[in-house]
Amino acid sequence: MLEVTGLNGWYGPAHILFDVDLTVGPGEVVALLGRNGAGKSTTFRAVVGLLAKRSGRVRFAGRDISDLPTHDIARAGLGYVPEDRRIFTELTVAENLEVGRQPARAGAATWTPERLFELFPNLGAMRTRPGGRMSGGEQQMLTIARTLMGNPKLVLLDEPSEGLAPKIVEEMATAILAMKGEGVSVVLSEQNLHFARLISDRAIIIERGRVRFDGTMAELEARPEVRDAYLAV
Amino acid sequence: MSPPLLAVEHLSKAYGGVHAVQDVSFTLAAGELLAMIGPNGAGKSTCFNMLNGQVAPDAGQVAISGRDVTGLPPRQVARLGIGRTFQITATFPSMTVRENVQVALLAGAGRMNRLAGHAGASFVAEADELCRLVGMGHAAGRPAGELAYGDLKRLELAVALANKPVLLLMDEPTAGMAPAERVEMMRLTADIARESSLGVLFTEHDMDVVFEHADRVIVLDRGRIIAEGTPAAIRENPAVRATYLGEGLTFGHAPAAGARAHA
Amino acid sequence: MSFLLVQFLTGLAGACSLFLVASGLSIIFGVTRIVNFAHGAFYMAGAYVAYSLTTRFSGGLGFWGGLVAAALVVAALGALIEIVLLRRIYHAPELFQLLATFGVTLIFQDLSVMIWGPEDLVGRRAPGLQGAVDVFGQAVPLYDLFLIVLGPTVLGLLWLLFHRTRFGILVRAATQDRDMVAALGVNQKWLFTAVFGLGIFLAALGGALQLPRDAVSHTMDLRIIVEVFVVVVVGGLGSVTGAFVAALLVSELNAFGILVLPQISLVLVFAVMAVVLVVRPFGLFGKAEGPARPAVAATIRPWRVFGPRERLAVAAAVGLAALLPLVAGNYLLAVAAELLIFALFAASLQFLMSTGGLVSFGHAAYFGLGGYGAAFASKAFGLPMAGAVAAGIGLAATGAALFGWFCVRLSGVYFAMLTLAFAQIAWSVAFQWTAVTGGDNGLLGIWPPAWASSPRVFYLVALAAAVAGIAALRILVFSPFGYGLRAVRDSTLRAESIGLDRIRMQWAAFTLAGAVAGLAGALFAFLKGSVFPDNLGIPLSVDGLVMVLLGGVETVSGAVVGALVFRTLTILLMSYTDASKLVLGLLIVVLVVAFPRGIVGSLSEFLARRQDRAATARAGALKPAE
Repeated sequence: MLEVTGLNGWYGPAHILFDVDLTVGPGEVVALLGRNGAGKSTTFRAVVGLLAKRSGRVRFAGRDISDLPTHDIARAGLGYVPEDRRIFTELTVAENLEVGRQPARAGAATWTPERLFELFPNLGAMRTRPGGRMSGGEQQMLTIARTLMGNPKLVLLDEPSEGLAPKIVEEMATAILAMKGEGVSVVLSEQNLHFARLISDRAIIIERGRVRFDGTMAELEARPEVRDAYLAV
Repeated sequence: MSPPLLAVEHLSKAYGGVHAVQDVSFTLAAGELLAMIGPNGAGKSTCFNMLNGQVAPDAGQVAISGRDVTGLPPRQVARLGIGRTFQITATFPSMTVRENVQVALLAGAGRMNRLAGHAGASFVAEADELCRLVGMGHAAGRPAGELAYGDLKRLELAVALANKPVLLLMDEPTAGMAPAERVEMMRLTADIARESSLGVLFTEHDMDVVFEHADRVIVLDRGRIIAEGTPAAIRENPAVRATYLGEGLTFGHAPAAGARAHA
Repeated sequence: MSFLLVQFLTGLAGACSLFLVASGLSIIFGVTRIVNFAHGAFYMAGAYVAYSLTTRFSGGLGFWGGLVAAALVVAALGALIEIVLLRRIYHAPELFQLLATFGVTLIFQDLSVMIWGPEDLVGRRAPGLQGAVDVFGQAVPLYDLFLIVLGPTVLGLLWLLFHRTRFGILVRAATQDRDMVAALGVNQKWLFTAVFGLGIFLAALGGALQLPRDAVSHTMDLRIIVEVFVVVVVGGLGSVTGAFVAALLVSELNAFGILVLPQISLVLVFAVMAVVLVVRPFGLFGKAEGPARPAVAATIRPWRVFGPRERLAVAAAVGLAALLPLVAGNYLLAVAAELLIFALFAASLQFLMSTGGLVSFGHAAYFGLGGYGAAFASKAFGLPMAGAVAAGIGLAATGAALFGWFCVRLSGVYFAMLTLAFAQIAWSVAFQWTAVTGGDNGLLGIWPPAWASSPRVFYLVALAAAVAGIAALRILVFSPFGYGLRAVRDSTLRAESIGLDRIRMQWAAFTLAGAVAGLAGALFAFLKGSVFPDNLGIPLSVDGLVMVLLGGVETVSGAVVGALVFRTLTILLMSYTDASKLVLGLLIVVLVVAFPRGIVGSLSEFLARRQDRAATARAGALKPAE
């Protein structure tokens, strides 16, 4: 589904990512783990074309998207939910969803507001409420729902649990598993190993811009030294 | 009996009909670390902003050592000995680390209106001492604009400590830091607070940090205080579990009650 | 009574065009975050093109078709400018965006004179609406009634566009977060172009609709832009409804103000604006912006005081300049004195911009006030030169303190617009209050006393003043006050929480910078022997910004170099070409796009890079091969 090879990224003069490789299969949930500043958000930004300077190849759903602008990458079916939610506070819930709407896509689940309200019942009860009047957890649900409106084949979720109450984080886990059930691949960046463990098939650990571990969740559990070295839980 | 360091009574604030903070009252003693937790949007930031005068409350009172400071602008509250750090660090990127602290010292000494004399040459020793205190002594000459996030948080602490505050308000002091750094940062703060018997009020999402360092915890939900007590009591409080903590699947094994690293 | 009603209706009709132009500016600002200074130019272009389409080539389109076609043509031109110019500067600091669009205004001014000639043009009346109707015994033009209905209609259509169409929802989303909209699959480049085109369409339509009411002239751009700034500042930038209400308010104030005191109607409008800003700093319908973007990009490299080598170099430069009278003739000395005066003016603006972070688009007001102050003192009270210059400084500082009190309450683009508006008031007072200021004829015969009347001595006086003034500014930069100003500029939040008073510090900086500009203006009056309203006009304010930008915003020396180069260029340009605005406009645009760091900035960057390279080469030579 997603195949990243030799990805390098720069932030101004600073070289942040070094030859990052990662692959995600159809319907797979992969956790990108690492400390703050390890390069998780930068990896996502590089994949969706929001980084000014980068090199390397990104193939998605059988096509090379390395040089496409951000909006064309989104139109290819690759959804991206940035770390700080960024819902449109002046727009209502329904309008927020409208911004994310894209035509139905072959080979991907088709989402409508009605279907999304089933997945996130809270949102259905507040369709005309401005985004700015929602709680943090509701806003996080809305950003995910908004991205699903584009009928993506794969979604990059940047720190979905950051700043949320533990209880909302549990609801988030349920929603991500539901997406997986619809065949949507998910890559989520996390610092919270407990949360990642609940939902992921595979883990990739990134540290100082390099991939240090790539394997199944069970393999990671079996190697506490890796966890201790790079995650400092 | 002398009045408490910080006394908050019946504080309320509404935005466009939504009650951000409703009837919040609590006190904080010198040398105490008080954590304020709660879901996003529970009113923690609004509460903080009312304490240091950035937001004017609709009703209620804030008193510092018995003196009513309700409605004073931030700069006057600051002059009463309130240091503050922000959720998103606020420093002066065009200055060096040392200069950041020097400006705070100059401001505290009321010397900011001088039109001549080199500001970079004043309070050098004091500034360097503060930089050392927060572990930034080696970086005193570096521009703040190129510091890593964790170092910015330290710098903010040095700036907040510059004028010998009696009370520190820290809004998510460890947000965006690596777990190991978080623990170190809070330990540093706790040590400083106990040494100079500062009161510290902080908000935090990392429950491990809260349960390890706080003397007392207040839980806010939808603008109201729903629970208050020791970390151990809060962990077991059913109302808090229902609205905030959940089943505890997503945070680690905080030490049991009473086992805090408290000398 | 009925007379008042008719006056009221005139005000309503006048509000229509004002609303169209202001709403266009607001919509563009909302999405692109650019305050389009060229908006007045597009308004003017709309009027000129409509004139041509309805009078010379009226076949086929008819009058109404001609108006709409004119707006469409100009909107297409606007879209082209967006693609070619604005796309390159969306991420540039505000100052550059304001300047670049101002450059476009200058280009339009000269082009319109070249194409349509310098004379005012009177357009056709609207067919079918030439007549008037009787309202309580007073004649009200039918066309006015048409405009009264058109304004609210456009407001309603815009509301529908923004709330009932996908395009509108995307525009509102992009107003808040452009990158997020792109990440959701929307091509924001074309969204921006479409929004810019829409805003320009509204401006051009506003201009075209004025055709039956007013003559078309090449000064209508600056006139409307100042009024539009007042409207958006009062109504709140980004709010279409705010633009509507404020346009009505301003237009009515104009209509009734003219009855009460014709000369003072402008002052009345500004008084209302001042009150609104004090009560609601973001306008009637505006929302508090997040922390303002830095107007000038902040350098990471912290400033430091001169080392011994740099001090020596500065001393040598001043010494050389003091020797100039030994070799130069009288004309050259007069030119050199003028250059020094402008270097001082530019340095005062640079101080305000870089240390204070305040980009003033009306700094010439204090230069001019300095000149007028000196002129009054010397002519009316017979003060000697030193006393007159002191009076000039005093008047400039007073003016800066008065205007500054309002301006520093705002920040970013609001600050820029307000400073420009105040400078325009100062200009119109100087222009209209003929009894005191001599109006357009200015005040003449302000000469230095006998001892300083030779160009040689006056040059040395100017040199001494410039060196003293610039040195004082540099001392200020490194003083506690200067650090405090930078602190406030870097992070108001942090500065206030360590006990600094932003407004008071910036007010003091504004007044100080105004006083130094006043010194320059007073000297200029004595150099030229006269003062004219141009000395406080907007073009001179913009010249000042270009000088600072040309040299490099970041350093005092940049301002000095920029002033010397720019003034020399202008003097040469004046003698070689008539199209000086066109050349200046192009220069500004090229500067902003290609050399945003200016001469000194680019030079020091170049030197730093060479040093780095040398250092790496040395390090490489020392290190054994790995």
